[in-house]
Amino acid sequence: MAAVMTDAEWIEIGRLEDIPRLGARTVGMPDGDIAVFRTSADEVFALKDACPHRGGPLSQGIVHGRKVTCPLHNWCIGLADGAACEPDEGHTTRYAVENRDGALFLCPVPKE
Amino acid sequence: MADKLPEQKQDLVVIGNGMAGMRTVEDLLKIRADDFNITVFGAEPYGNYNRIMLSPLLAGEKQLDEIMINSREWYDDNGITLYSGDPVEAIDRKRRIVYARSGAEVPYDRLLLATGSNPFVIPVPGNDLDGVITFRDVDDVNGMLDASKSQRKAVVIGGGLLGLEAANGLMKQGMEVTVVHLMDALMERQLDAPAAKMLQASLEERGLTFRMEAKTEAILGRKRVEGVRFAGGDQLKADLVVMAVGIKPNIELAQSAGLHCERGVIVNDTMQTYDPRVYAVGECVQHRNATYGLVAPLWEQAKVCATHLAQVGSGRYEGSVTSTKLKVTGIDLFSAGDFVGDENTEDVVFQDPRRGVYKRIVLRDNKVAGAVLYGDTGDGGWYFQLMKEGTDVSEFRDRLVFGRAYAEGGDPANDAGVADLPDDAQICDCNGVCKGDIVAAIGEHDLKSVAAVGKQTKAGTSCGACQDAVAQLVEATLGEGLEAAPDKITVCECTDLSHDEVRAAIVHRHLTTTAAVREALDWREPDGCHKCRPALNYYCVASWPDEAEHEDASRFINERAHANIQKDGTYSVVPRMFGGVTNPRELRAIADVAEKYDIPTVKVTGGQRIDMLGAKKQDLPAIWRDLREQGGLVSGHAYAKALRTVKTCVGKEWCRFGVQDSTTLGVELEHLTWGSFMPHKFKMAVSGCPRNCAEASIKDFGIVCLESGYELQVGGNGGTRLRGADVLCRVKTPEEAREYCLAFIQLYREEGHYFERTAPYIERVGLDHVKACVVDDAENRKALAERFNHSQQFAQTDPWEARSAQGVNREHYIPLKEVS
Ligand code: SRM
Ligand SMILES: Cc1cc2nc3c(=O)[nH]c(=O)nc-3n(C[C@H](O)[C@H](O)[C@H](O)COP(=O)(O)OP(=O)(O)OC[C@H]3O[C@@H](n4cnc5c(N)ncnc54)[C@H](O)[C@@H]3O)c2cc1C
Ligand code: SF4
Ligand code: FES
Repeated sequence: MAAVMTDAEWIEIGRLEDIPRLGARTVGMPDGDIAVFRTSADEVFALKDACPHRGGPLSQGIVHGRKVTCPLHNWCIGLADGAACEPDEGHTTRYAVENRDGALFLCPVPKE
Repeated sequence: MADKLPEQKQDLVVIGNGMAGMRTVEDLLKIRADDFNITVFGAEPYGNYNRIMLSPLLAGEKQLDEIMINSREWYDDNGITLYSGDPVEAIDRKRRIVYARSGAEVPYDRLLLATGSNPFVIPVPGNDLDGVITFRDVDDVNGMLDASKSQRKAVVIGGGLLGLEAANGLMKQGMEVTVVHLMDALMERQLDAPAAKMLQASLEERGLTFRMEAKTEAILGRKRVEGVRFAGGDQLKADLVVMAVGIKPNIELAQSAGLHCERGVIVNDTMQTYDPRVYAVGECVQHRNATYGLVAPLWEQAKVCATHLAQVGSGRYEGSVTSTKLKVTGIDLFSAGDFVGDENTEDVVFQDPRRGVYKRIVLRDNKVAGAVLYGDTGDGGWYFQLMKEGTDVSEFRDRLVFGRAYAEGGDPANDAGVADLPDDAQICDCNGVCKGDIVAAIGEHDLKSVAAVGKQTKAGTSCGACQDAVAQLVEATLGEGLEAAPDKITVCECTDLSHDEVRAAIVHRHLTTTAAVREALDWREPDGCHKCRPALNYYCVASWPDEAEHEDASRFINERAHANIQKDGTYSVVPRMFGGVTNPRELRAIADVAEKYDIPTVKVTGGQRIDMLGAKKQDLPAIWRDLREQGGLVSGHAYAKALRTVKTCVGKEWCRFGVQDSTTLGVELEHLTWGSFMPHKFKMAVSGCPRNCAEASIKDFGIVCLESGYELQVGGNGGTRLRGADVLCRVKTPEEAREYCLAFIQLYREEGHYFERTAPYIERVGLDHVKACVVDDAENRKALAERFNHSQQFAQTDPWEARSAQGVNREHYIPLKEVS
């Protein structure tokens, strides 16, 4: 069931230009980092910074399209759905992040 | 309890979260995913793992997460309730409820027993002392690994498969191991005398000690084990005793539930016990009077059991013929069926003591009745197949021992191999994958490599013994497909162009950014992918040194962070030590940094320098600053597709054999070439004489000093695929040596495909081509060396200084935000 999000839960984390295009930055959370990605089209996505394979730091991977390739063993993870691409299987927790005219807001409650 | 209506979900409870139980569930899910609510109880606090991989786990060849078959996620994803670390203690068959230690009570319509077996502990005094361990589960292995850290002497009781694998593992962990065996020959249930002797000999060579025909009488020690005593009174010191003398089916629970058991839980050909609602599979069962201790039978049992649970079953389990392999890396041993023989059998024996090969095939009226292979087990699968199918071998009997390729005539090159085995032939015994499954997977997911097949099917991912077979299948299956496909290797899936074509375009069309390349050569993916982006980045920079700039987003993290990412997300820092020469100032700086930033591991690398492993990413810029300010140290590019190290030996300066100053020459070469990016990493070495202590002959560019000058070698590689370097030529002076070196590097930079080391590069273009460009054509050599030096102007800036002093890409090293 999707977590209900009130504005109270959204955190301002910085500005779009703080994240390199086709790159990512991390937001340190008490229970582990969240990776915030920026695509070539300036979309932003947030995933737990842990690969479903063996917990590799996805924020350090190479971003292409709406995917990131994990730096440790090249699993490819969808930024939008957090799912590993064929033939690998697994999911990474997703978080909502919004670009409100340049300012980025993150909701640290896992999506569904 | 009333029966459920057909459309209601049935409750299936599985007792035993092991290999047979979960394989049955996997097979069941394949047939009828939604008809059951499945609950699994496992006594062990883990998901389901590949028990046979406990041996490599002990030997340190695998990690726990690598031997997991089903992660907890798998249970969730398939809606299976898993009670792990929670043994079932009672079954009420009237009310159809199981009771677990935790207090959980779960009702069932169908019950599956898969409780495996328990290690047999010999009934001698002291068998309960601390430090006496069996070899059955992960906890046992952890126990042994702990012991190996603090203790020295291990005694393994039992010279069978388990015992030897335990002994080998403990030896790998640095213990002195003695194997105690009751009989006069090892693995007497699988091997005949000659094979057993060869096995013992090669294990002794590796450092194991054996004590044969020894009956253990007592285990000595007050609290913890101190030794063992044998019949006849003599004793042996021991800090650890591993009992690997056999297993007995684990039937207590079944017995207490009143199910009929003898040695194991009695089942019929549909894997049902005497209570038709209760099924049993795996080592806990006794079927047609046989019990099994290997996985192959369980795959067959699981299949049959699953179909009957799903009520689509007509299949019957009729018992298994088994074969054995020993999982001791470097020892090839195969055994199946009746290898001893009797008056009605004949032996075909092949022996080659020099190659350490022994084969014995036992024939009963022209059919294979059993086989023992040592040293060369390639055809084990084939003999096993002949045996199971009872094939008459008369026509090729004379060639039988030479293996399938010869026996079936034709030329061994176009390997008869696995290609024409029947679909149900088991290729991967460890994971029970048949040829059919593999071929199907290759087709469905168009798999092109052994690795890809492994990911899809698990075949070849355990002991690896079957990987050649899998490779053959990939080739055989793609055979036609390959002809159809363009016979060139493209940069990646984003384009149909080859490396050479892309590179030519970059040069001729003056493309200087990866985006421009993708645009101009209309890439399928606008952003490209993790394969092509780093390649394009390299080609642009190498082709246009004074214009193109490295694009961070297109570089692998190590080259972006200028440090090697570690498996836990920390980094390692390797400063350059030119030619492996250092001094107190550098060492002091490293020592201070290691303390100040509490670096967990400081290690001397294989490249003659020092690695600080486990640094936090945020600390990197500060670490680099300290290293530079206090030690004058710069990046060693240990993370980059670039010049890595120049190993040297002490040479003429000190060594009584040295004929030239190898150290100075190495240091000079490293000063000339550091910072230069290449298609792949590049390593050099200079040895002061032909004794070659710097291992120049396994380097990308190596120099061996001679009385008369210098021998230059290229294309060596000591890595995944060992390749001795080719001799490029001999030169008289160090100046020449340097020029040839730079010219060769530049040639490789201009012609090498991204991610292609010099070894495969030279095999592709041919040594003669390299000689023609670098040795025979002096003009060209000079030109190459000049182009190299030109590009070095732009390359030789220390990335660490840029990032620590000038704060380049600071944001890479600090989080966007910290939320506490
Ligand atoms: C640190 C070191 C091991 C050590 O503690 O000694 C090492 C560590 C790694 N090696 Fe190595 N190799 C090290 C010397 C070697 C050597 C020995 C040598 O250089 O004399 C070899 C064989 C010689 C050779 O390369 O021909 C070697 C052959 C490899 C290979 C196989 C390369 C090949 O062409 O087959 C890889 C995998 C790769 O590069 O794709 C590799 C990859 C790696 C990586 C980078 C794996 C990775 O991508 O993370 C390891 C990084 C660990 C880290 O974070 O520091 N390492 N590696 C050595 C660093 C040398 C240095 O000072 O820079
Ligand atoms: C070190 C080692 C190496 C091996 N190497 C090979 C090899 O190379 N080739 C080969 O073919 N075979 C090998 N084997 C044998 C192979 O692992 C077994 O045949 C196989 O694991 C048997 O599967 P199983 O499901 O019957 O039993 P197991 O895999 O042992 O599973 C039984 C599970 O049930 C659990 N259990 C027991 N009682 C209860 C209860 N009351 N409630 C809940 N859970 C319970 C146990 O904890 C265990 O996890 C090896 C075994 C070992 C130990
Ligand atoms: S890559 Fe090199 S350092 Fe890493 S484990 Fe393998 S051999 Fe050791
Ligand atoms: S941890 Fe991400 S691919 Fe292995």
